[in-house]
Amino acid sequence: MDIGGLYKDERPRALATLIRLVGDFDLAEEMLQEAFATALERWPRDGVPANPVAWLVSTARHKAIDRLRRAASLDAKRFEVAARTPAAWCPEPDLDEEPLTDDRLRLIFTCCHPALAPEAQVALTLKTLCGLSVDEIARAFLVPAPTMAQRLIRAKGKIRLARIPYEVPAADRLAERLSGVLRVVYLVFNEGYAPTGGSGSLRPDLCVEAIRLARHVHALLPGESEAAGLLALLLLQDSRRAARFDRSGDLVSLEEQDRTLWDPDEIAEGSRLAERALRSGRAGFYGLQAAIAAIHAQAVRPGDTDWRQIAILYALLLRAHPSPVVALNHAAAVGMAEGPERGLALLDGLERSGDLARFHLLPAAKADLLRRLGRSAEAAIAYREALRIVGNDVERRYLERRLQEVSRAPGTSG
Amino acid sequence: MKYLLLIYSNEADWANVSEAEQDKIFGEYMEFSRAIYKSGHYLAGEALQPIATATTVRSRGGKPLATDGPFAETREQLGGFYMIEAKDLDEAIAIGARIPTARTGCIEVRPIMETPPVT
Repeated sequence: MDIGGLYKDERPRALATLIRLVGDFDLAEEMLQEAFATALERWPRDGVPANPVAWLVSTARHKAIDRLRRAASLDAKRFEVAARTPAAWCPEPDLDEEPLTDDRLRLIFTCCHPALAPEAQVALTLKTLCGLSVDEIARAFLVPAPTMAQRLIRAKGKIRLARIPYEVPAADRLAERLSGVLRVVYLVFNEGYAPTGGSGSLRPDLCVEAIRLARHVHALLPGESEAAGLLALLLLQDSRRAARFDRSGDLVSLEEQDRTLWDPDEIAEGSRLAERALRSGRAGFYGLQAAIAAIHAQAVRPGDTDWRQIAILYALLLRAHPSPVVALNHAAAVGMAEGPERGLALLDGLERSGDLARFHLLPAAKADLLRRLGRSAEAAIAYREALRIVGNDVERRYLERRLQEVSRAPGTSG
Repeated sequence: MKYLLLIYSNEADWANVSEAEQDKIFGEYMEFSRAIYKSGHYLAGEALQPIATATTVRSRGGKPLATDGPFAETREQLGGFYMIEAKDLDEAIAIGARIPTARTGCIEVRPIMETPPVT
């Protein structure tokens, strides 16, 4: 019997319900830990209860009541106020009837509440919903463990003191709040997939956690097209994980990747979800990006890529969610669909706007289209500009390799 | 639970608002106050005289020291407040968002600390 494994799997569900019952993150976490210690003692002897989650929740709840009772009598002495009955804080749960999944949804929305700082939302989500330790989260985000611990303490303190509600938002606020939740999940994934700085290339554990979270949210809110869209997008991006880097750890462009290394299961599931999101007519920020990723994934060879479709989808994305980065991708896709000159014209417009002055992918995209036109000297200048502002070592090596290629090409002197 | 809604705006901008527009905003404030009074959320609310009337006082070594002006120069100044009763932060935020100045300035939502009653 693997009590440790069972605890790891069931902890988020038990914790989510316990937080609702005792109304406090720290108390819930601590009491659940104690309940687990009791389980380790008793279950090998007495056998695992029929409903282990309910057992853990109810044992932890009793421990919480004891704790609150002691604290209340202390408070009563200190402030000379009548002690409240712990039952008022800690209602008797009806574990057989209440669906525990609802509590996990409450927990997700609370952890991703807009009143919390974005980095705190991410940390709290990884801590409570994924069960990562403070050390693990600190390592993943390259901050010292005490800093991460402080961040979590501050966030939990704010939830308690400002009374951030522990509930799923009402229908009229759901879409807006869901987009905050999805942003957190996407942030977790991106931190694993494309770290913002340093030499670390990939942290697949974060990608796995993000996909697990996206799966939860999609399962809990099956009618929300964007939840499906995000899950699809993450699966499709993750499907290329094994092909994105060569043996020396250098980034391999989409065009040059060994497509036999792409994960067919993730592509199949992601494409299915993306198609459904697109057909629903409500595909948004994530659904449209997933559809684009699906088209890339379905091309057996780079030359088979349906760039016209991709350019159309980017145009839709640009209309619904205008941003300089989307405009950049749109320009690159137009360059592939209608010829590099058309793409370069769009990139020139972007360059003049100055919105992406510090973004290395703008000169990198320009360099790529110039290279395709055989204008090697201009391409080299653009690659050098990209190298000047790139922050990530892996991408730096990729750009350096490209620069060497165009520098060797004929026409460099021209 | 009690929350203090602190209303911040740029006083210099307010000086450039036409009289007709100022009257309209005062009307909106009256309407808002009445609405949250009727819904049972209102506990208190006041507007403050301009920042030019502010004095900062400190007591060091038993000696009060008063100086002109606010503690810190900021782009937006405290211009008024509401104290409300709300069931949680989401309700407090929703009420704060209805304050007319939320459109041009900003509202800081602060939970009130529970302390033993003064007797």
